[in-house]
Amino acid sequence: MQPAELSATEIVAAVRQGDLTAVRCTEAFLDRIARLDGSINAFLHVDREAALATAARIDERRRAGKPIGPLAGLPVAVKDALCTADQPTTCASKMLAGFRPPYDADTVARLRAADAVIVGKTNMDEFAMGGSNENSAFGPVHNPWDLARAPGGSSGGSAACVAADMAPVAIGSDTGGSIRQPAGLCGITGLKPTYGRVSRRGLVAFASSLDQIGPMARSAADCALVLETIAGHDPGDSTSLAADVPHYTELLDQPLAGLRIGRVPEHYAAGLDPEVRAGVDEAFAVFRTAGATIVDVELPHAKYGVPTYYLVAPCEASSNLARYDGAHYGVRAEPGKGVRAEPGKGVRAEPGKGVRAEPGKGVRADEFASPLVEMYCRSRGEGFGPEVKRRIMLGTYALSAGYYDAYYAKALKVRRLIRQDYLEAFERVDLIGGPVSATPAFRLGEKTGDPLAMYLVDLYTVATNLAGVGGISFPCGFTKGGLPIGFQLQGPALAEPTLLRAADRFQRLTDWHTRRPKACA
Amino acid sequence: MTLARQDVAKVAKLARLALSTEELDRMTAELSQIVGFVAQLEPLDTAAVAPLAHPLETQNVFRDDVPAPSLTTAQALQAAPRHDGECFLVPAVLGESGAA
Repeated sequence: MQPAELSATEIVAAVRQGDLTAVRCTEAFLDRIARLDGSINAFLHVDREAALATAARIDERRRAGKPIGPLAGLPVAVKDALCTADQPTTCASKMLAGFRPPYDADTVARLRAADAVIVGKTNMDEFAMGGSNENSAFGPVHNPWDLARAPGGSSGGSAACVAADMAPVAIGSDTGGSIRQPAGLCGITGLKPTYGRVSRRGLVAFASSLDQIGPMARSAADCALVLETIAGHDPGDSTSLAADVPHYTELLDQPLAGLRIGRVPEHYAAGLDPEVRAGVDEAFAVFRTAGATIVDVELPHAKYGVPTYYLVAPCEASSNLARYDGAHYGVRAEPGKGVRAEPGKGVRAEPGKGVRAEPGKGVRADEFASPLVEMYCRSRGEGFGPEVKRRIMLGTYALSAGYYDAYYAKALKVRRLIRQDYLEAFERVDLIGGPVSATPAFRLGEKTGDPLAMYLVDLYTVATNLAGVGGISFPCGFTKGGLPIGFQLQGPALAEPTLLRAADRFQRLTDWHTRRPKACA
Repeated sequence: MTLARQDVAKVAKLARLALSTEELDRMTAELSQIVGFVAQLEPLDTAAVAPLAHPLETQNVFRDDVPAPSLTTAQALQAAPRHDGECFLVPAVLGESGAA
């Protein structure tokens, strides 16, 4: 029995029954990471010794007849945006190089309490801003299906490590599609739960009204298993929902007869790749076979999703990222010197290579009001990468005096219209189906010179976050070139049982989710 | 939509971001393009629509006003670039730049 070939559900059962030890299972995945990650770059940090020590303690407890948790022995990779007290947490940013948080994120604490084994922290777009993983300060992730292509983003490392069987399960976060889009481009299953279903405490904040943590795995059933552990109210996150957490795994096995799935004509606009379209049409046919009814619904404001998102998210980001001030954590540029990283770790800019104050040209350090402000500006100028700076600038602009009403307030009004569309559609249908991305995985470098083209990769995913509802993406076919095609289902608030049940039923009727990239055998 | 370079420089100051000459040039062009793109919301009639800042339109969430465990001073300071064991140390708050 090769642990890497087992589903998360099978691993947990095998460990519980004593057919597989947590150590052997963890070792198998760590070995794959050691063998494969040199060419994929999905991990920013792997602590082999700590993972094996955790696994050994779980095995000891089981042997001694003591209780073990619901995820006992399950290796889990965690996006580097979630705080881990025993491992660095960098958000793939130079700003946080070497940063060790003083506490675990709520999701990480729940995983540990359930006896999951955290194997490492995954690569991502810096501060979760991007759709290709190319905005990582530590190099892009390569798509396991074609190493010359992007895995999507921002949870690209989490998606790629699952696709390459380097972990059976990974945790991602989704602000505008960052779980669903990379899951789609890497041929795995990713769930973005309803806003507030999973606590955001300890998730490094990007856009607080949009951010949501969720599971990424090889199947909907495995996502259901992990969601049972990570969902739930947290007094430490006042926006986490108090609603009871259903037994998602026990709700999977119900037929889809009578389920109404909406199909949105706007999703078929120009720009949708013909092979993706064919895959999506075929997926609707599978759902019809399973007993679902397909109904056309309209989301008339969906086309405003991307511009609305690229105001709301950067505005919130510009505020959230104000905390990186070179004083409390992260890199600091001392006045008159280069960047100084935190003691003993992280980046150090060459002396004189920091921000140059060029008379009459750039934003001169010596224009700033005091040494403290100069330190802020230079630390942030050095620590943040180009996309993060772009979004901070855009958000600051849209929130500044004279522009607030025209941009931010306007976007909030359109956000309500977008949500209203969903509320009305969900009176007619139970779920909404469609593509997760307009194209299969694109080439690394293909869109890096054009920020706006990169923003449009979020076309089918951002509205879910603006409305605060849930969505799941899973593979529904492959292109002739062998790249996965993703299908997305969206559901009303707290409809995770329906999303997971529908995706699970689809996966019982198809085998797309069982395909593996040849390069990662 | 074309933003003026000096306006972009002003935004950079508000955002506490030092930008190089090249960065400021590129940022001016890119922000102009992006602001032009998001401006497509402008013609939508939203006069009767209330803004939606958050998907959960909850009011205040309260907890009992009792002390609870929190980070220790040492934990709070552990990642600080400079501290003296009790406080975060920063360059002079007042005074002219470079006079640290």
